[in-house]
Amino acid sequence: MKRIKTLDLNKTLKTGGCGECQTSCSG
Amino acid sequence: MIHQYKLNGYNIVLDVFSGAVHSVDDLAYDIIELFESCSEEDIVGQMLEKYAGDPEVTRDEILDCISDIKELKAEGQLFTEDCYESYACDFKNNSRAVKALCLHVAHTCNLSCDYCFAAQGKYHGERALMSLEVGKQALDFLIANSGNQQNLEVDFFGGEPLMNWDVCKQLVAYGRSREAETGKKFRFTLTTNGLLVDDDVIEFANREMNNVVMSLDGRREINDHLRKTVTGKGSYEIIVPKFQKFAKTRGDKEYYIRGTFTHQNVEFTKDIFHMADLGFTELSMEPVVCAPDDPYALTEEDLPILFEQYEILAKEMLKRDKEGRGFTFYHYMIDLEGGPCIYKRISGCGSGTEYLAVTPWGELYPCHQFVGDEKYSMGNVWDGIKNIELRDKFKQCNAYARPSCRDCWAKLYCSGGCAANAYHSTGSITGIYEYGCELFKKRMECAIMIKVAESGI
Repeated sequence: MKRIKTLDLNKTLKTGGCGECQTSCSG
Repeated sequence: MIHQYKLNGYNIVLDVFSGAVHSVDDLAYDIIELFESCSEEDIVGQMLEKYAGDPEVTRDEILDCISDIKELKAEGQLFTEDCYESYACDFKNNSRAVKALCLHVAHTCNLSCDYCFAAQGKYHGERALMSLEVGKQALDFLIANSGNQQNLEVDFFGGEPLMNWDVCKQLVAYGRSREAETGKKFRFTLTTNGLLVDDDVIEFANREMNNVVMSLDGRREINDHLRKTVTGKGSYEIIVPKFQKFAKTRGDKEYYIRGTFTHQNVEFTKDIFHMADLGFTELSMEPVVCAPDDPYALTEEDLPILFEQYEILAKEMLKRDKEGRGFTFYHYMIDLEGGPCIYKRISGCGSGTEYLAVTPWGELYPCHQFVGDEKYSMGNVWDGIKNIELRDKFKQCNAYARPSCRDCWAKLYCSGGCAANAYHSTGSITGIYEYGCELFKKRMECAIMIKVAESGI
């Protein structure tokens, strides 16, 4: 019986940060 | 860091710094709670005692579960360490690009809502409409200061922007005319109270506006109590049919209905469900932010009721989704597999840096909620940012700006919170609007629970 069912931001240190996503706000 | 909680029959464990989410049984939930503070033998002893009546919980079973937890930790999906703090300031300091403007095309309004943060659209100043010349200069300023950013955003805001609709349309045409030569792509959006929506507005917005925000507070008696015309009449009867037509014709373009709830309708889910029953499928309902002595200000006593309301909303959304009549709620739209990159999560909305508000006279402010407060004037669309010191203060607004947020599990979802709310509640843009934090965390717990429920695992 599997008691933990799993439904990595660290990787986006390399892939993210381009800023082309929408501004977010009241994200 | 992890955050674990029980909601709607689910045991949920969020690994804060990786973003991983786990749905676990009772035994695993209890072991995870003890994992970092107790020895293996202690955990085995405590679990055997707690689950003494359960034949399935044996020493071997407990050790197996501990082994699984160790494996997840080794894989970076449980108890991961925070390694992002050093990136928080660097990211904003290295970028000077502006990528979004909130154009206040009208500092006037045809409604007179009691709770309006913009003081009935005038922002504590004179009534004014933005001229085409100022608007064009604002777009030129945006293009010139956007660096390598390709996607630029312009929101037509007020007051009521439809009171200056011809200028809005001309500015869209001007923006489009500059796309080819500059390599930029404009994303235009509109926020309206709906009174002046007609076929021309609908047709143009459906062609040119990527998103339209329509303001409605829910049930007729709730909406009309605070959202009144200047002659004191309610607006519900006028705007609902217009919004229904608008929403139906949006096609592949976005819209959402944005409401505000106050102390006078803390059972705000009734208003959300009412709007869903009217046929709207993209909904948002926000807590009022106002002076604590306002009659409609939310109180500490309201908090447990609001928490319950967010849970009621989540459960009803799951139910309606199964029935084929689902709707979205702005704050529950999370993407656990994708979602924003870490830079976005730690740097927040970009107010005062990559996002600015422009008054009808071309003055620049950190965001629409600071407009009219002279201390926060940053410059203008002709000379650019003049108040460098203020911009640098906003660069410091991030998920790591406040020592008391250090141990908060939600900081990579809230990015440090709203600078305007912090300022208006504490007097400092790096203060903490604690009431807002409590509501935010509750919403995140509900949003993650919905994802767990939808996954069926």
